[in-house]
Amino acid sequence: MEATIEVVGLRKRFGPTVAVDGLTFTVTPGQVTGFVGPNGAGKSTTMRVILGLDAADAGRALIGGRPYRSLRNPLTHVGALLDAGALQPSRTGRNHLLWLAHSQGLTAARVDHVIELVGLETAAQRRAGGYSLGMRQRLGIAAVLLGDPPVLMLDEPFNGLDPEGIVWMRDFLRALAAEGRSLLVSSHLMSELQDTAGHLVVIGRGRLVADVAVADLLAAAANGRVTLRTTARSEAMTALAQAGATVAATDRDTLTVSDLAAERVVVVLSQSGVPFSEVAAHRATLEEAYMELTRNAIEFHANAGEEVAR
Amino acid sequence: MTAGTTPYRSGLRAGRDGFPQLLRAEWTKFRTVRGWVVGTWVAALVMVLVGLVAASGFHAFCGGDCSVPAGPDGEAVTDMFYFGHQPLEGDGSMTVRVTSLTGLITYPPDHPNDIVPSVMPWAKAGVIIKESTRQGSAYAAVMVTGSHGVRMQDNYIHDTAGSAGGVSAASPRWLRLTRSGDSLTGYESADGTHWTRIGTAYLAGLPATVQVGLFVTSPFYMVVSPGIAGGTSSRLTQATAVFDQVSLEGDGTGGAWTRDNIGIGPGGPALAQGGFEESGGRFTVSGTGDIAPRVDGGRRIEDTLHGTFVGLIVMIVIGSMFITAEYRRGMIRTTLAASPGRGRMLAAKAIVIGSVTFVAGLAAAAVVLPIGEWILRANGNYIFPVPPLTELRVVAGTAALLAVVAVLALAIGTMLRRSAEAVTTLIVMIVVPYVLAIASPLPDAASEWLLRLTPAAGFAIQQSLPRYPQVNSALLTPLHRFYPLEPWAGFAVLCAYTALALGLATFLLRRRDA
Repeated sequence: MEATIEVVGLRKRFGPTVAVDGLTFTVTPGQVTGFVGPNGAGKSTTMRVILGLDAADAGRALIGGRPYRSLRNPLTHVGALLDAGALQPSRTGRNHLLWLAHSQGLTAARVDHVIELVGLETAAQRRAGGYSLGMRQRLGIAAVLLGDPPVLMLDEPFNGLDPEGIVWMRDFLRALAAEGRSLLVSSHLMSELQDTAGHLVVIGRGRLVADVAVADLLAAAANGRVTLRTTARSEAMTALAQAGATVAATDRDTLTVSDLAAERVVVVLSQSGVPFSEVAAHRATLEEAYMELTRNAIEFHANAGEEVAR
Repeated sequence: MTAGTTPYRSGLRAGRDGFPQLLRAEWTKFRTVRGWVVGTWVAALVMVLVGLVAASGFHAFCGGDCSVPAGPDGEAVTDMFYFGHQPLEGDGSMTVRVTSLTGLITYPPDHPNDIVPSVMPWAKAGVIIKESTRQGSAYAAVMVTGSHGVRMQDNYIHDTAGSAGGVSAASPRWLRLTRSGDSLTGYESADGTHWTRIGTAYLAGLPATVQVGLFVTSPFYMVVSPGIAGGTSSRLTQATAVFDQVSLEGDGTGGAWTRDNIGIGPGGPALAQGGFEESGGRFTVSGTGDIAPRVDGGRRIEDTLHGTFVGLIVMIVIGSMFITAEYRRGMIRTTLAASPGRGRMLAAKAIVIGSVTFVAGLAAAAVVLPIGEWILRANGNYIFPVPPLTELRVVAGTAALLAVVAVLALAIGTMLRRSAEAVTTLIVMIVVPYVLAIASPLPDAASEWLLRLTPAAGFAIQQSLPRYPQVNSALLTPLHRFYPLEPWAGFAVLCAYTALALGLATFLLRRRDA
């Protein structure tokens, strides 16, 4: 498929530390692919290898079937935001975009257009050193959009954004995906990708933990469970257990019921005369699904927070 | 969600992808950081200011007219010698035998209270044919010297070696100089029978009647006190030669000898007055001075460029920061993502920083040189004349020196990735050897090796006077801003360092993860 990111058997080590260990995944157009894992899982390293900044020890990373370093005017193929703070502080935001534009044979008019797109008109003529983190993220997004690329790669774009900024970023990413672009968006917080990512690539310690569609993941996490709200908790547990269900108390008046369909739960409770106010199919949050997923990823907690990137 | 999605196609018109775009991007980068642009101006301004202040500090001490004689090609010359001569009309020749060359040095540092018998290495005695007795007029001469053997020299700058060795009564030396039109040919012989041609000088426009005769001269003994506060002082010397078997052929000769102490007026120390005695065909001639290109007693055009190394330090900082600033902020990744060809990126950076520095250096040198010369002249200084092409080489060479060092700074900055380390390395590589060589108590030999082996050799491009081997070597030291390598050779040493550093930087840049 054209205009996608394709990572095959990627391996990268820094001295004794294996940062990326045989990673394989593909990013498809038209949706946001969340690239998730704890800090130090190898997300940034993977992105640097995709951009040809770091050399892989094994495997390959391709953009539309070609290595990044063979692309002509690469910013028109891939827009990447690795570090919004990577700016010369004394240069204005507009001039930062201007040299990038010149490097791709693009004009100043295109620069002004992307400044408008990200809503940075008022700050563009100021020195980037004085920008807030949110303004830097917007400038970074402007740089990503400069070449109007079909593939976008953003490393922790939600970092340091205020709630308003997070909403803006989500809308922006969704809109870009809706145009048919491929987006790879990394985050160490699954909740940031809620309602944004259509697909997830989860890694831990440089290895692939999961490569799933968000819809499938949520369904799997829900796993046919039923949420029951009742004031007669112990009676309900007894009745349901006798009917063959596994029951867990999740709250003072809430039970999670497994291995029994919702209709059967209603029937059993009614027959037993147990009062209840609500019976509903369980809705897993992305966060919950992620925890479920990584529960068995042994190394997850061991070195959480350790930054592999230098 | 993915099913049926049409991949995005940009409506953006594809831009050109090539080296000019890369150059333009790097130029945009440079000009949009105010500190770099201002810093470059400051470098140029400092060069001008330091040059002008230095020029204002030079006052001539000769009182009144400090001009020196100019040779046939316009260059400054020393033309002082004792001359016993006769007119020669048309073609002719003169033959002599030299049986002795002795000398005296007054109050040398190791014997500060004595006049010591010793011959200066470039003491000269022999036969000369000279256009006139005017200082700076054309000539050709064959001679014996204190320690450089037999030579034939003409018009101050040309020097041809004959046989080696000194003269004595037991081992005399026969010399012959013949004129045939504009050609003057020198010969030497050990026995007066077997002659060897040393060389032929062509003195275009030599008048029909010239002066032919015996000459003796002996240059000053230079005492060099090293260090910034040091300087040179000179001690009077005298040489005395004994000639016999003197024979003259040609119209006009055969009359009485005319005696002239060329370039030295009456009065002053007795030793400087020289002498010319004849007794039974034996001539004893004493003289003081030199017949040679002149390199002291005046100012050179590069004396207005003392600010170069200050400007150089500023451009070292800017040149290395042009890349280290990107490493410091991680912006190098943005750069390399935009321009994955790393060697090309570095080449574009080198061209931009090199060109910017060249232009700034050229402007500074082109401004400070004429104004500095004007100040020097107003202070009564004599300025050694140089050909226009030499002046152009000094001005453009100064700009090129700064530009190449800025590129070297970029290369070192790429290797070390940190500005403090890069700037320190460059200061140690260039500025320290330069200052040590030209203004420190180091022995001349050590200074010269510094100016051969380190990138500081590039400063040789600023040397406006040629380094003639027949000039008193005490004047040809780094302290006197004479470089051991020729201007372009010294510059080539700097360029070689820079090429090596760029190559290594490119190799590392390609090999390392960004």
